[in-house]
Amino acid sequence: MLNISGIHEGYVLDHIKAGMSMKIYDYLKLGELKDATVAMIMNAKSKKMGHKDIIKIECPLGSIDLDIIGYIDHNITVDVIKNDTIISKEKLSLPKMLKNVIRCKNPRCITSIEQELDQVFVLTDEKNEVYRCKYCEEAYSGK
Amino acid sequence: MRHCMSPLDFSVEELDELMGLAADIEKNQQKYSHACDGKRLATCFYEPSTRTRLSFESAMLRLGGQTLGFASADSSSAAKGESVSDTIRIISGYADICAMRHPKEGAPLVASLHSEIPVINAGDGGHAHPTQTLADLYTIKSLKGRLDHFTIGLCGDLKFGRTVHSLISALVRYEGVHFVLISPEELKLPSYIREDVLEKSGATYEETESLEKAMPDLDVLYMTRVQKERFFNEEDYVRLKDLYILDKNKMQLGRDDMIVMHPLPRVNEISVEVDDDPRAQYFTQAKKAVFIRMALILTLLGIQVDKNIPQPSTEEGGSKC
Repeated sequence: MLNISGIHEGYVLDHIKAGMSMKIYDYLKLGELKDATVAMIMNAKSKKMGHKDIIKIECPLGSIDLDIIGYIDHNITVDVIKNDTIISKEKLSLPKMLKNVIRCKNPRCITSIEQELDQVFVLTDEKNEVYRCKYCEEAYSGK
Repeated sequence: MRHCMSPLDFSVEELDELMGLAADIEKNQQKYSHACDGKRLATCFYEPSTRTRLSFESAMLRLGGQTLGFASADSSSAAKGESVSDTIRIISGYADICAMRHPKEGAPLVASLHSEIPVINAGDGGHAHPTQTLADLYTIKSLKGRLDHFTIGLCGDLKFGRTVHSLISALVRYEGVHFVLISPEELKLPSYIREDVLEKSGATYEETESLEKAMPDLDVLYMTRVQKERFFNEEDYVRLKDLYILDKNKMQLGRDDMIVMHPLPRVNEISVEVDDDPRAQYFTQAKKAVFIRMALILTLLGIQVDKNIPQPSTEEGGSKC
């Protein structure tokens, strides 16, 4: 049995679909976080999911964008930890807008040539989880 | 400050007002001939266009304003690598309003975010061409007397045809419009327009590959050109470009009060022999486009011309030109 100690302040992302944790690590830009310690538990046994991934992040609260996790998978649970105790469980929902999280793949889109233009996607269909580029309105299909 | 990025930027009520203004301009042109005295329109065209650019320039000149601009990316700073956002910041100091055409989709929106003057999207790649849609709506309203309860056939390239996408999005807001989508399998309306726009709005539609079968039911036939520049593959273009050619024989299948529209330019999809048919209204459509663009320029500049002012005499107005 693998044991990873609890964290003093930060977040525990649980119920991540097995194999998805590296993707989440990249989306959250955890590698760029200074003063953060990250533990990734992959393919852990789960009664509910069969197998799952877990990410534990020891970092000051407020330093990660929970909205992005909502976009990746709003079934992920987020425990917010302070002074070694869970102070809240965040309920995730699909963010209305994503800024610089995903890139437009339409070669005809202005984002392909305009310098330093933010990549902005807007949630246009919540039921089917469709995001469209703010500029060319092409639906994002690479999730 | 208001921009025009999509025909949906305007509510149905605002569109009615805009078309009412266009109709008044069309009827009383002289009254508006000094409405934009001292105002300048910048036409920033990063890709070639004859009709749209000249139509905008004609609109501004008829309002008494002046125009400046460029007609291709080669003759602009874009050739040196200048961004759209930088260009519009500069243009904002030179003109009072800007009409922008760009091959990249969303470029006019980027411009509007950095602009100090109203920006009109004059066509951005395969994405949108709102003033064409405004012209289409105004033409239908003028010639058929209404924008509700009629059947429109859209024929040709429904996949890449931005005018078709914009027109559908605008028309679904009116009650009782039935759409007949006439295209080959390869150029069918994209699913996001079919599902997100047509089906979501509850509009009725049918799809067919036969123009002949559709003709007898139509109040409006909207023809489109299969555009070479939208294809990455030359072979596909050659195979699909001659599928629908409207000629005298096919026109015989249509009703007497049907009108034929086309965003122009046409290549061969409408035979020249159809031009003399009174139902052929595509040249009227291009003419009416100037009036709706005049109305749009006035609206975005916030200029009001008192509708009750009597028309000046022809001699007085003529001295401007």
